Amino acid sequence: MSALLSVRDLGMRFGGLLAVDGVSFDVNSGQVVSIIGPNGAGKTTVFNCISGFYRPTSGQVSLLGKTISGLPGHKVARHGLVRTFQNVRLFRTMTVVENLLVAQHSRVDTNLLTGMLKTRAYRAKEAAAMERAGFWLDQVGLREVANREAGNLAYGQQRRLEIARCMVTGPRLVMLDEPAAGLNPNETRELDELILLLRAEHDVSVLLIEHDMKLVMEISDHIVVIDQGRPLAEGTAAEIRNNPDVIKAYLGES
Amino acid sequence: MPGQLKGALFSAAVMLVLAVPILGIQITTEGSSVSLVGELHYAFIAAGLVFVFKLLERPLSTLLGMTHAANLLPSADRMATYRPAILTVLIVLAFIWPFTASRGAVDVATLALIYVMLGLGLNIVVGFAGLLDLGYVAFYAVGAYSYALLTEYFGLSFWISLPIGAGLAALFGFVLGFPVLRLRGDYLAIVTLGFGEIIRLLLNNWDELTGGPDGIGNIPKPTLFGLEFTRTAKADGNIPFHEFFGLEYSGTYRVIFLYLLALLLVLFTLFVINRLIRMPVGRAWEALREDEIASRSLGLNPTNIKLSAFTLGASFGGMAGCFFAARQGFINPESFTFIESAIVLAIVVLGGMGSQIGVILAALALTVLPELARQFEEYRMLVFGLVMVLMMIWRPQGLLPSKRPRMELPT
Ligand SMILES: Nc1ncnc2c1ncn2[C@@H]1O[C@H](COP(=O)(O)OP(=O)(O)O)[C@@H](O)[C@H]1O
Ligand SMILES: [Mg+2]
Repeated sequence: MSALLSVRDLGMRFGGLLAVDGVSFDVNSGQVVSIIGPNGAGKTTVFNCISGFYRPTSGQVSLLGKTISGLPGHKVARHGLVRTFQNVRLFRTMTVVENLLVAQHSRVDTNLLTGMLKTRAYRAKEAAAMERAGFWLDQVGLREVANREAGNLAYGQQRRLEIARCMVTGPRLVMLDEPAAGLNPNETRELDELILLLRAEHDVSVLLIEHDMKLVMEISDHIVVIDQGRPLAEGTAAEIRNNPDVIKAYLGES
Repeated sequence: MPGQLKGALFSAAVMLVLAVPILGIQITTEGSSVSLVGELHYAFIAAGLVFVFKLLERPLSTLLGMTHAANLLPSADRMATYRPAILTVLIVLAFIWPFTASRGAVDVATLALIYVMLGLGLNIVVGFAGLLDLGYVAFYAVGAYSYALLTEYFGLSFWISLPIGAGLAALFGFVLGFPVLRLRGDYLAIVTLGFGEIIRLLLNNWDELTGGPDGIGNIPKPTLFGLEFTRTAKADGNIPFHEFFGLEYSGTYRVIFLYLLALLLVLFTLFVINRLIRMPVGRAWEALREDEIASRSLGLNPTNIKLSAFTLGASFGGMAGCFFAARQGFINPESFTFIESAIVLAIVVLGGMGSQIGVILAALALTVLPELARQFEEYRMLVFGLVMVLMMIWRPQGLLPSKRPRMELPT
């Protein structure tokens, strides 16, 4: 059986800078896989290559055996691979629920004529989209603020909304770029639970970039360590914790 | 204090714009000159009162211990319940008005309605989708020439040409938009600017088809279910409108008919756009304007979505063009210069991007005021530029900025 996501020998060059060099890993169905590494290691660049925002200069990304590297971002998303951003990117002037409706654009009826005539099928799809939005707002605890502008939410709420916005698209894999950054310990724990819930109940795999080691070690099935664009180590939480190279990279030469 | 002065000046200006047409101004046409009959000074008195009141509002209310004037207005919720009623009244008034007004006034109002259509159409592109289109006049021209040529060569009627003209303009929008919408904002503006000029030059130089600078004349007026508004019927076996209803012939019927037709087209435009912005495509336009990267990450195809805005906007431009050709009876490339694009863009910016009421008011103001101030014609562009600069300083969001209606999650 082929892995859900398979990254082979990924390379990304920006002019003279080789930001990612020879990174390979797999994400299997139902797994939480984390990418860790110091700032500037190239983690976000790996995300950008996988999600179609950059066209990798070498290597291959495939989803369930189908090559997706080189596809534009919106096509990758339609294959069931969605992401969040290191700096939250919500539609700030739109309401919370509208953020979730926009995310379902490829699921609703976008035919102009049926929409203009408000046909029964069109209304049914709009209602279903609204219901799914409501469901995910409950899951992330944002129903009370559903009709508020997204830009006015507290930071932690914005982070959760961004995850909900990924989930309403009905993805196979969500990629979260430092979702715990800027959260307080309480919110981080809730995030931890949310990620586990996604995996347990919604049949979705998670690829995570995170600096919070406690969170990473607790929830990851598999961890990939990147340093200066190159893969440094790979394994379970216990293996990574005891890997001398990783300790050296994180604690400096000692 | 300067803030209050600004607010007061602004309110007075708005009052002036609104009061001039409302407070009994009649435009009469004598030969080629348009003059005003009526009491313009009432409008100025009204504006003056508003100015003084706004200036003294705060000190007065604190002095008298009154609640702030804003609190005396019905709450937003109650305004919302009155909205349909207010709208109905306004629409009914708009339908009755031409029968009470002078022929010249109705004619000017018809022109204003064309600009309302253009403004609403460009508002889709600029206001909702956030794409700067400086060549919108090209689609207007395509619509106008579509009707003129279709009727000249194929004898098609206005009613058949109207959807075809709108469709052709949409097609032009699609063909231009497809390669161009991948460009970033400023490049898009330049390419569309160029496109507008190319269309005009093409019309100017393709003599055999378009008549070149001489244009096309004798374009038939629209008919009412086949009834013509001429003194004697042009088509064989047809009877003109006035004979059918046993009335004396009068050119006024035609003017009123054209006005009503323009009004219907505007209402149609409003209806379509109001549906669009509540539909997934309307949400996608706003999302894309807000954050293109996030939109792409969710599976929205930016090119297609922008293309839909561009094409739909173009089709309304084409529709307005068709009507324009029918109303004028004569068109030439002079009617489709860059300045027209600029005026329509100014209407959208002044009105408040994305705001339909704002666009309507701005279109009325920008077409009616110059007609009233014919004697200042030389200064028209100067004033126009000044108004734009002042707006950018004081109210960059436009006269009546508004948001797309929100989808609500019932609680
Ligand atoms: N678009 C880009 N152009 C040039 N350099 C880039 C670009 N994106 C990332 N980089 C560089 O690639 C390296 C890795 O960055 P990034 O992937 O953001 O690191 P991380 O997410 O691990 O902190 C950095 O040196 C960064 O400056
Ligand atoms: Mg990063």
